[in-house]
Amino acid sequence: MNIVVCVKQIPDPAAPQSFDAQHNLDRSGKLILDEADTYGVEMALQLVDTAGGGGVTVVSMGSANDVAGLRNALAMGAAKAVIVSDDALRGTDALGTAKVLAGVIKRDLPDLILCATESSDGYTGTTPVQLAELLGLPSITFAKSVSVEGSSVKVNRQTEAGYDEVTAPLPCVVTVTAGVVEPRYASFKGIMAAKSKPVEILSVADLGLGDETGPKGAREEITAVVAAESRQAGEKYVDEGDGAEKIVAFLESIKVL
Amino acid sequence: MSIAQLWVVVEPVNGSLSTTSLELLTQARSLSSDVSAITWGPDGAGLAAQAGEYGANTLYDVGALGEALPGAPVASAIAALVASRGAPDAILIPTSYDGRDIAGRLSARLDRPVLTNVTGLLDEGGPVTEHPVFGGSQTVRAHFTGEGPGIIVVRAKSFAAESGGGSPASVESAPAGDLGSTGSATILTSHVEERTGPKLEEATVVVSGGRGLGEASQYVLIEETAKLLHGAAGASRAIVDAGWVPYSHQVGQTGKTVKPTVYIACGISGATQHMVGMKGSKNIVAINKDPDAPIFQIADLGIVGDVHKVLPALIEALKARG
Repeated sequence: MNIVVCVKQIPDPAAPQSFDAQHNLDRSGKLILDEADTYGVEMALQLVDTAGGGGVTVVSMGSANDVAGLRNALAMGAAKAVIVSDDALRGTDALGTAKVLAGVIKRDLPDLILCATESSDGYTGTTPVQLAELLGLPSITFAKSVSVEGSSVKVNRQTEAGYDEVTAPLPCVVTVTAGVVEPRYASFKGIMAAKSKPVEILSVADLGLGDETGPKGAREEITAVVAAESRQAGEKYVDEGDGAEKIVAFLESIKVL
Repeated sequence: MSIAQLWVVVEPVNGSLSTTSLELLTQARSLSSDVSAITWGPDGAGLAAQAGEYGANTLYDVGALGEALPGAPVASAIAALVASRGAPDAILIPTSYDGRDIAGRLSARLDRPVLTNVTGLLDEGGPVTEHPVFGGSQTVRAHFTGEGPGIIVVRAKSFAAESGGGSPASVESAPAGDLGSTGSATILTSHVEERTGPKLEEATVVVSGGRGLGEASQYVLIEETAKLLHGAAGASRAIVDAGWVPYSHQVGQTGKTVKPTVYIACGISGATQHMVGMKGSKNIVAINKDPDAPIFQIADLGIVGDVHKVLPALIEALKARG
């Protein structure tokens, strides 16, 4: 069972975010593995374990100056990482990203492709399904659980009303929510082993792509960034046994009580 | 050039169109006099009156999908319509599980870009989208630069749904065609998670809990407070993902958008993902142990304290009032 997990290295979400002059998200600081991707990595490792053979490859796009995030996935147990890194990729949109990921994945199609439902920085949330369409594969999004049964995958998929049990033949693209598994912490042994695991760095040209990426491929642009109508912070009190009283008074003032 | 033609993907839910679909139709008809809708399901034609009432002239019906997930067949049908009828200026799609699937599939099929998390739509000689960024502190405006149709995925409650009093839309069949293996994901069974009390999206009071509750059993504090205030109980993504409460309780980016009279956030720090779903509330009360929690930046009343002390006291106070 070979599984590709698409992962993204993102700026620390706890740090303040900003745009650069081209209205791209500033990614000049330290990058980390998107926490949303750790669930897919863990799920993949468990599925490979259950299958009793195969391996997990993480595939990414972005700057390869800092691959600590990919090393983190390798330390968890992934066998290798591939990252497409190229100045020409700056400003690539979701569809362009899907084309790049598809370019890597179709070189050696795995049995299953796992992605997060959306990244924690851009949260467009369409790349995995675009990827599935480009690869001509079925997709199941918003998985709460994933199991492989023979040559098909079975997923509990979130719905507005609850969840659906959904199945699709392999190979398939599945997006996982954070509820799917509890990601492991990398062990010391894992961290040491990750140092010698392969990280393949590819360019856009290596994939035979060109104008599909970057701002030219994006075919949409930001025209303005304006301050949103902001809410002002109101009163803030440290609870000294009177917190509930203050809430009741507030609810009375807005006539909810 | 202004907006000549818009298509809207409208989702069937229990024999009616989803509220977000009606919101999109309402906004579409304010921007263009030529609005068409696309739907699917066993009784697409039965939705023509409602689609027309809210602004669609034509309703394209993909038909019954059997047990297939809608993403691939509906996207395929729309791509065929673009080929046969010509491209509209934009295709509007509700932010929902199936809506996002349709948008992703359609984008790749048509090789056209997609803009998501849209909360505003203007006509500035063509469609201009608005997107909240950085926890809603700023708004990005964007537009498509290439050939249409651009695909626009709009969040719930971005617009008010108002009947336009239009006559029923004329129904035309829009078959999905051959999907190959892309259409092979099928639903085996559906599970409905029941909830009691007012609906989260419609309640005037919403009481939500997050990680600060500590453990699943403490969620009862949220439910009891909500009940005493005749409100609905909500949750952050963290505790839904942790399995403490069903997904139907989730407020935020990937959950429900709520705009109650008052939103009471208990043990919720205020991740961007959560704030996007509740910052439109008229009033916000936050209870959190961390005085620096981002939720306090948007709270009208902030209580820095332990939810395990404040909520029981609040419950007692509300009970005492009868």
